[in-house]
Amino acid sequence: MSEEIAKEQALTLWRQMLMIRRTEEQLAKSYAGGMIPGACHTYVGEEAVATGVCAHLRHEDAVFSTHRGHGHALAKGVPPREVIAELFGRVTGCSRGRGGSMHLFSPEVGMMGTSGIVGPCILQATGAGYSFKLLGKDNVGVAFFGDGAMNNGAFHEGLNLAAIWDLPVIFVCEDNMYATEVPFAYATKNQDVAARARTYGMPGYSLDGNDVLAVSQAASEAIQRARSGGGPSLLHCKTYRTRPHAEGMRDAGYRTPQEVESWKQRDPIVTLKAKLLAQNLAEEGDFEEIESDIKAMVDEAAEFAKNSPYPDPATATEHIFSV
Amino acid sequence: MMREITYTTAAREALAEEMARDPSIFVVGEGIGVRGGNFNTTQGLYELYGPMRLRDTPIVERGFVGMCTGAAMTGSRPVVDFMFFDFILDSFGELFNQTSKMQYMSSGRLKMPIVLRGCIGIGGSSATHHSGSYYPIFVHIPGFRVVMPTNPYDAKGLFKTALRGDDPVLFLEHKSLLNVKGHVPEEDYSIPFGQAAIVREGTQATVVALGSMVRLVEKASETLANEGISIEIIDPRTLAPLDIDTILQSVHKTGRLLIVDETFAPCGVGSEISSQVMEKGFDDLDAPVMRLNGLHTPTPYSPALEAAVVPNAQTILQSIRDLLAE
Repeated sequence: MSEEIAKEQALTLWRQMLMIRRTEEQLAKSYAGGMIPGACHTYVGEEAVATGVCAHLRHEDAVFSTHRGHGHALAKGVPPREVIAELFGRVTGCSRGRGGSMHLFSPEVGMMGTSGIVGPCILQATGAGYSFKLLGKDNVGVAFFGDGAMNNGAFHEGLNLAAIWDLPVIFVCEDNMYATEVPFAYATKNQDVAARARTYGMPGYSLDGNDVLAVSQAASEAIQRARSGGGPSLLHCKTYRTRPHAEGMRDAGYRTPQEVESWKQRDPIVTLKAKLLAQNLAEEGDFEEIESDIKAMVDEAAEFAKNSPYPDPATATEHIFSV
Repeated sequence: MMREITYTTAAREALAEEMARDPSIFVVGEGIGVRGGNFNTTQGLYELYGPMRLRDTPIVERGFVGMCTGAAMTGSRPVVDFMFFDFILDSFGELFNQTSKMQYMSSGRLKMPIVLRGCIGIGGSSATHHSGSYYPIFVHIPGFRVVMPTNPYDAKGLFKTALRGDDPVLFLEHKSLLNVKGHVPEEDYSIPFGQAAIVREGTQATVVALGSMVRLVEKASETLANEGISIEIIDPRTLAPLDIDTILQSVHKTGRLLIVDETFAPCGVGSEISSQVMEKGFDDLDAPVMRLNGLHTPTPYSPALEAAVVPNAQTILQSIRDLLAE
């Protein structure tokens, strides 16, 4: 790969992570300011995973996500203004105000929904894989889920079905060490997640989920294999959320400030920047330009959301059925 | 003369014809591939369409319902064949929290063309894990169409509508009806949802009969006709949507209403019909609306106990007489 391309790709990844980070920070601020009537689960600290995987997806590929799904929606191509407006409960939101933080839908860009229930996204992504195989398309289904889903029946059932039928599905486990507050180490005897993949008969990758280049490389390989009929893969991405489970929630008693601090030192955005600077692949100016672009975009998005109307109450029962 | 075929054959014809027309339809279930289905629901189709479209599954109801939900969101049209409808209970979370809500949550930008079929009903000492009906629960949840054909003609016509639509449809086949024969035309037809059938016209009382109860109520009405009593029988055919207008019009004429349903009374379809008639047709009523249901109990095995928990010819006759005496 030429240096120019490597730089451009790395800066694109950095930009995408920063876009997610700044959008999340805006949402956290808006939550504190009373602009968000419901829950708000931010993705701060985990941006490298969605960014690294979605870099290889097309709009026609189908992503199914979890309650911590803002980052997946943004990385899949839902504009920040539609995500922010959705959390504000506005009609301009990506789900037209029907969903909020946990139900982000934008089928136009292949964002097939985030979910308030842990597990179903694994099965639905498997179903997307089934559709694509049946219809002869080279698209893939992708499920993002946390370590909390790893011991749910949907994980076993979905991985097994995808494996026995060689479906084009990528299972992405974002292991942030806690299912809300229950440690994965407590909930799981055998913590070698990639080994579980091999048990089902598919490749499993153990990845540093804070290293966007590592995630991107593994995702590229797995997605290419799925597109060409090689079946499913599991990516186990070790990462960490540095904010509470949900905004406004107590964040003590289950993890130490030292632990949080140690993961902040491994911030995926900071570390990629340092790496690119150290390798002389980019200069301060490159990052400053992106920072200022993203700031303008997110400021505009928040303003757009704030000025958007609420949905018409008369539409509350529309779209239950297709006709 | 129009040919006669069984209920199961009629439903299978609908599936075969739609699969030939639309390559995005596929079926999943246990033993629906080479074996052709425990109830012959897919007999002969595997040879035509192969494993991608006649997909035998492991015993993972939650898994394949969740999978088919994702498939329906991405361009294909799954048919889930539960064999015994009881098995659907393992997939309730997927159905109620996911399948039924996707169109709404996506503000109509996703479709959910999925058909959920299975055999319902008490009989043959099937005992409590192979006798369930459970349809009132699905009527309660927004987002499902609930279809319960009671004869071969309706089975084919309603199944066609289910397979051509874009909504989740429960297609429920009572076990006692599967081998019943009836007239079914060769040419293509479909029956819209939400249109009840007036099975028999009458003047003195309206009986809404569900599923297998239609045939029992017909027999009772013949007995009563010999005594000069005229009963109108309505088969709703689809419970969601429910054709309440046809029921209201009938009650307007007869002034009396009985709902006969094999499954449980509490929060049931009869309760719902009764409430709606009270709200919209109170002035037409000459007597309280009455219900005859199966007993509110798990289904027992022994023939002596099993027969005691479902309505029969005697209890139906008695209920109609009680209603007329009010």
